[in-house]
Amino acid sequence: MDSLLNRYRNVTVLLLVIFAQLILLAYQVKSNQDVRLIRVWAVSAVTPLARLIESLRSGTVRLAENYVFLHNLRQENREIRKEVGRLKIENQYLKSQLETADRVKALSAFQSNNPSRMAAARVIGTGTGANSRVVFIDRGSRGGVAAGMAVITPDGIVGKVTAAYPTASQVLLITDPTFKAGVISQQHRVHGTVRGLGYNSCDVYYIQNEEQVEPGERFFTAGDDGVFPKGLPVGTVTAVREGNPFKEVLLAPSGFQGALEEVLVVLEGVHQPIPEQSVASTEVHLQPPAPPSGQEEEAPAVPGAKPNAGTDADRLRERYKSIGEAQGHRFGEGQPGSKPPDFNLKPEDSAAKPAKPPAEGQTAPPAKPEPVP
Amino acid sequence: MSDTSDLRLLTSARDTGVARFRRWGLVTVPLAAVLFQVYVPRFFQVLQFLEMPLLVTVYFSLMRRDQIGGTFIGASIGLLQDSLSHQPLGMFGIDKTLVGYFAASVGMRIDVDHVVIRLLLAFFLYCFHQFFYWVLARALLGQQIPFDVQQMFFVGLLNAAVGISLFHFLDKLKERA
Repeated sequence: MDSLLNRYRNVTVLLLVIFAQLILLAYQVKSNQDVRLIRVWAVSAVTPLARLIESLRSGTVRLAENYVFLHNLRQENREIRKEVGRLKIENQYLKSQLETADRVKALSAFQSNNPSRMAAARVIGTGTGANSRVVFIDRGSRGGVAAGMAVITPDGIVGKVTAAYPTASQVLLITDPTFKAGVISQQHRVHGTVRGLGYNSCDVYYIQNEEQVEPGERFFTAGDDGVFPKGLPVGTVTAVREGNPFKEVLLAPSGFQGALEEVLVVLEGVHQPIPEQSVASTEVHLQPPAPPSGQEEEAPAVPGAKPNAGTDADRLRERYKSIGEAQGHRFGEGQPGSKPPDFNLKPEDSAAKPAKPPAEGQTAPPAKPEPVP
Repeated sequence: MSDTSDLRLLTSARDTGVARFRRWGLVTVPLAAVLFQVYVPRFFQVLQFLEMPLLVTVYFSLMRRDQIGGTFIGASIGLLQDSLSHQPLGMFGIDKTLVGYFAASVGMRIDVDHVVIRLLLAFFLYCFHQFFYWVLARALLGQQIPFDVQQMFFVGLLNAAVGISLFHFLDKLKERA
């Protein structure tokens, strides 16, 4: 037995290690609980390093701006360039301060206008794994954050907290394939489930093909998933296709346009109504009639016809009516097979030479056609 | 493979020697690789395709030329990566355990100091890693993760190319026994 184990020692160790991890995996899936201790260790080990790297990075950038950039400029014109460099750095600093203040102000304004209780947080890292869309934020359980809380920006939802550690939290982004949330469309009030596609896009699932969804329509959270309060923007429909068994609706998430830096964690959500879509005005404006132009309008073809008789068809109708009246023809009373008036005659000729009314049972002789000018 | 060629390959592997690394290197390099995965894509999204923990697993396992060592290296790096992901612990762990074992098995048989062999190994092990992760996610977690073969091959080539440079750099941390 010992020799057998020695012979297959490597494979045995491999199988044992895999088996142990399978047990670990099965425990987590079965009990729907996390092995929190290991994650706390890992996140606690990585978070300070991530912060240190971030400080080093910003320090290096500042150093590059303050020293390298200025050093090159000094070679050209020491005095003037030194002043310009100083102003540039100051400007850059003030701009960045202003941008930060703007972002914070926007977040603060959004926070104060929104009935939900929220806490601002900063993104400090991303998750591992090629397919996962996960970020870490610098607010954890000590800051009141707990797993299952919604993470948003003023533009829309960003994701949800999947784990809260003392100093940081893990956020599953809306674009992750495992992300799901209940949504409702703004215009047609169609319910569905948004899910990530792994890249910077999402789709809305469980929408019947019969339901109406149009490109450009906006989706909002439905509030039925227990995570996101109702009425938060989710995204805009970019494409709609008939699918099997459900309609395929692609969505561009509105929550993060550009780099994601500051977010809001919804500590206590309050449902809000879904904003009504602004309906296009139904008032119809008609242009006034076209002014008379050309010889035809100045001298109407039909004597007695109104100068602004309307369209060409109206003028033609007037002409035929006057020709018919001049020849004693009454429209709508002629028997089938009876002779029609000669519409080739000019109205004035017809008035000068009125045609004899045909006798009962007779047809009038055909009038000599004249060329129409 | 005949006995003679086996002998030649084994002898060649022995000639190159089992690589030993400084202890700090064995700890900091995998940690740095996982940190890279956490931190760098935040600023350079294009670098998200790089699977640094995998490349480090492959390198250390290849160089150790010890299947049990490779197994534990893969399991450790995989579990560390798992603990920073949103998936249950063990997904990357199992995946990288197998990668570490296979890489060490190959390292025992052939001379892995050659650039082309390293390139091919990095490529194939990347493809295996991605495919096996997809299988695990589907089979054990029931997740419908999209799997694009073309993209996998392309990203695998990029990873292998980066792996060559990384392996060259990591060679400098090596101490010959």
